[in-house]
Amino acid sequence: MSDRVPVLKIGDILLVSIQVDLEDQMVLDLQDDLSQKIVATSARGVVIDISALEIVDSFVGRMLATTAAISRVLGAETVVVGMRPAVAMTLVELGLSLGGVRTALNLELGLGYLRRAQASSPENR
Amino acid sequence: MRDYPADEASREEVPIQASGDVVKARQTVRLLAQQAGLSLVNQTKLVTAASELGRNTLIYGGGGTVEAVVVRDVARVGVWVRFADAGPGIPDMELALTDGWTSGSGMGLGLSGARRLVDEFELDSTPGVGTTVTVLKWAR
Repeated sequence: MSDRVPVLKIGDILLVSIQVDLEDQMVLDLQDDLSQKIVATSARGVVIDISALEIVDSFVGRMLATTAAISRVLGAETVVVGMRPAVAMTLVELGLSLGGVRTALNLELGLGYLRRAQASSPENR
Repeated sequence: MRDYPADEASREEVPIQASGDVVKARQTVRLLAQQAGLSLVNQTKLVTAASELGRNTLIYGGGGTVEAVVVRDVARVGVWVRFADAGPGIPDMELALTDGWTSGSGMGLGLSGARRLVDEFELDSTPGVGTTVTVLKWAR
């Protein structure tokens, strides 16, 4: 049995804080759990905190990009927060620029971005 | 790749048979990188390369081993890591080192990306016999 990364709900935002060195199966489980939970909770935003991650390789990078795309289709916007500078430098050199993924330097800025994005979305006008 | 003198006391070998072993391989490489005095960015690059190559060993090679050791050149210290499997091998190595090429479901950044993250890189593969990838990252 592999461990699962907890997905927390705060209002209409889901918060994922990755605190362990991820096995590939945990990465896939997280993608599944998040997709299910977006629908189950009608979440409008997802924040993925990777500040504890010492590396992001192409597998995790792809999960972040896929998760952002899936949640967008399900009506929620994803922000990846807290990437370490060494991780960012490595990721770009590896060949992954996470083009479709919204990022913010930390959790506070990420949440602020989601609030503003929701406030300006058409259905809230 | 040249043969550099190794600190035998630092030599580690990790079998790669399950995805948890890739995590172990990363941790082993990280410890040696710290021991060798690599900067944080260089540690991150080497461990990320090890993660890509370890996953390749598991998924495409059907499992194998990773061996890592601290090596020395005249005035520099580095970490040498070798991934070996007895899998199907890579028929066209040049193609396999191209960004975006994959024989599986990955993104095709593993080999080519890992090569960019290290200082020395050697790919050796014989169809039907197996694949060995050796990398080296120097502290500077």
